Amino acid sequence: MNILPHLPILIIALPLLGAFILPLLNRINKKVPGIFSVLILGASLFFTILVAIKVMTVGPQVYVFGAQSTGFTLPSGLKFPIRIIFEIDAMSIFMGLITAMVSFLGAVYSLTFIQKEEGLDKYYALLLLLTVGMFGMELTGDIFNFFVFLEIASIASVALISFQALYKGEPAEAGFKYMVVSSISALIVLFAVGIFYGQYDVLNLAALARLIKYSQLDKIALGLMVPVLAMKAGAVPMHMWTPDAYSEAPAPITMILVAASQASLYALFRVTFTLYNIQLNTLTVGWVIIIFGLLSMFIGVTMAIIQKDIKRLMAYHAISQTGYMLLGVGVGLAVLADPVALQKYGITAMEGGIFHIMNHAMYKGLLFLTAGALFYRTGTRDLNHMGGLAHSMKYTTIFFIIGAAAIAGLPPFNGFASKLLIYESVYRFNPILSIIAMVVSILTLASFVKVFHSAFLGPKLPRYKEVKEVPTSMVFAMAVLSGIIIFFGLFPDVIIKNLVHPAAMSLIEQVKYSATILGGM
Amino acid sequence: MISNFPYIAVIVFISLGIYTLIFNKNLIKIAIGICLIENGANLFLITLGYKKGAVAPIYTMAPAGQSMVLPTPQALTLTSIVIGLATTALILSVAMMIYKHYGTLDTDEVRRLRG
Amino acid sequence: MSPMSKIVRTITKFVYSIIIIFGFYIIVHGHLTPGGGFQGGAVTASAFALLLVSYGSLASKKFVKKDFLSFLESSGLTLFIALAFLGLGTTFFYNLLANSGGWFGNVSSVGINPGDMNTGGVVPLMNMAVGLEVLSGLGVILLVMAGAMEFTKKKENL
Repeated sequence: MNILPHLPILIIALPLLGAFILPLLNRINKKVPGIFSVLILGASLFFTILVAIKVMTVGPQVYVFGAQSTGFTLPSGLKFPIRIIFEIDAMSIFMGLITAMVSFLGAVYSLTFIQKEEGLDKYYALLLLLTVGMFGMELTGDIFNFFVFLEIASIASVALISFQALYKGEPAEAGFKYMVVSSISALIVLFAVGIFYGQYDVLNLAALARLIKYSQLDKIALGLMVPVLAMKAGAVPMHMWTPDAYSEAPAPITMILVAASQASLYALFRVTFTLYNIQLNTLTVGWVIIIFGLLSMFIGVTMAIIQKDIKRLMAYHAISQTGYMLLGVGVGLAVLADPVALQKYGITAMEGGIFHIMNHAMYKGLLFLTAGALFYRTGTRDLNHMGGLAHSMKYTTIFFIIGAAAIAGLPPFNGFASKLLIYESVYRFNPILSIIAMVVSILTLASFVKVFHSAFLGPKLPRYKEVKEVPTSMVFAMAVLSGIIIFFGLFPDVIIKNLVHPAAMSLIEQVKYSATILGGM
Repeated sequence: MISNFPYIAVIVFISLGIYTLIFNKNLIKIAIGICLIENGANLFLITLGYKKGAVAPIYTMAPAGQSMVLPTPQALTLTSIVIGLATTALILSVAMMIYKHYGTLDTDEVRRLRG
Repeated sequence: MSPMSKIVRTITKFVYSIIIIFGFYIIVHGHLTPGGGFQGGAVTASAFALLLVSYGSLASKKFVKKDFLSFLESSGLTLFIALAFLGLGTTFFYNLLANSGGWFGNVSSVGINPGDMNTGGVVPLMNMAVGLEVLSGLGVILLVMAGAMEFTKKKENL
């Protein structure tokens, strides 16, 4: 059997199999689930990299479920596809790489972080399911299928957020909030899917993109989908769930949740760019997204400065950083109908926004992991109770500095590379936006200087005399992320040329996306 | 006109659900509100595939000569009902956990996370 | 929950098996008639609900073990995904057995027909796997929620 054509499906099928088989394995040995899920996610990461290489060299990959062959999109005599199809273009696999990386490291980190809890088989099964949901959202080319994976991801993440609800009330509260938000957004997405299906009789994204006429109903569907997907991504007017969910989930889960909300962000871009593209009034919708971005950047960072809980502070920063992505891609959308401006700065802005997605997943993941390491050793998340931890937790301190420098956009870390792209291109679109983005960056730096000061500096506190460095698996996960951050910071052009630019182009070129499945240019 | 009644029911369901979500302070009632929105969305999907006088799209023992309704929206609705079941079960069990720790289901008192 | 009166309990004894058989019927005929794995599983789980209501949660814990149910749940899910993996020679979820002449392999007729159980390929098998999963999953949910009801009662009586 030739395994190569099946790689796109193995990315998602293996974690699914793992999630279902884990509770059975747990009956044999209680230690199996952790190792097993690390292996499964490692394999998934490996397959994702293979598929990414193929997408970058050959072109978009298609996988048809249950057909006679993997590329058999159009059964004879039909003009539109009827089966569930995975369409993997540069943007999808870009997000897939983030998901694979983050969930693999999350599982590695969990090996020791979550060791003492009960019901570990369920924890790892849910982690695998969450990964499946995120992969599905990113790789699928079917709009109803997207809804299903969105629900899988949100159910799994709610269960993981409230994983420690057995002996604490707060995780349950955060989980309830997140569940309400995500089920409403998923149901609204379902309603929009119904609107599309009622008009065009297809569910495939590529076929829809070709058929869509931008009628009044399509406008309603867009108006429903943009706010709810922005809500799932944690943009500001609808951000109330983010700090609660991020701060109450276990640290590795928080890292994966960041990637999960970026999957919603991906869906937002996919809907606006691939589904509607220039039929939209791009300037208006682009400005709506830019304003979401501005609000998120500014309110996120100002709320972060006053926080005392370290994970809550970082969660507000996550909102603020989401604003940069919305800003960058929003500028790209605003000038989409204007080829000259698009060539001049639109594509660069989109590259900045998209590159920032990956950078944010890496450094924010690293920061949440260091917060988890601090919690693991000190048992508190309150900054006022920490202090002097640099003496006993050397590696964690170094990793924290790397993460904080990256989020504040200092060279030579990856945050600088993507932020510079955003500043430059957005300045040519509208200087004020660029200036606001820089101010927010400075405020971010100020906030992290405060965290660094109160958690790591100062004399060694007597109550943390016993504190030592965290176990190897946690250090390993943080070290890998730091390595990626430095690599991206030193060689951003390699990443932009090979990963980010194709991703931005695949968003812009709607016709190509449809042609991959339907044929004909 | 009469064929538009299901759509009006959809609007009623969804607006009742959103009303419940916004103005009710009980966690169980919030879960009910989500169920109402879900029912509205399901009814919308089912109505899209309806044809007047058609039978269910199943060949086994079907009456001869009748037209059939569209099967795809029914499959979609079924999927969404299954997902809705999982959502409802999860949201109720989280509400259960909240009751266990806080001793109340009132949203005004379940407010340890803020700021 | 406390047990209900003797009349209810006796009727439950009679109806219990009938409900379960009806649920299994819906599961097995999923590829021919309305219904399928989820619906049949839900019907079967409603038998557990009846048991819980009439006998009370403590007594029914002896009949239905949570541990056994969660074992059934995972094996149903694993069976389902394993059937999907079987098709991997062609594509994931490929219907390997359909029209092959073997198990569930008769050629299914298009148009109005009395129904042939032996069609559908892996679809009936997947229905059974899903049915197993749903009946045990819903059973676990019911048992857990009933257990929580005991807990909240205790708290309210304090």
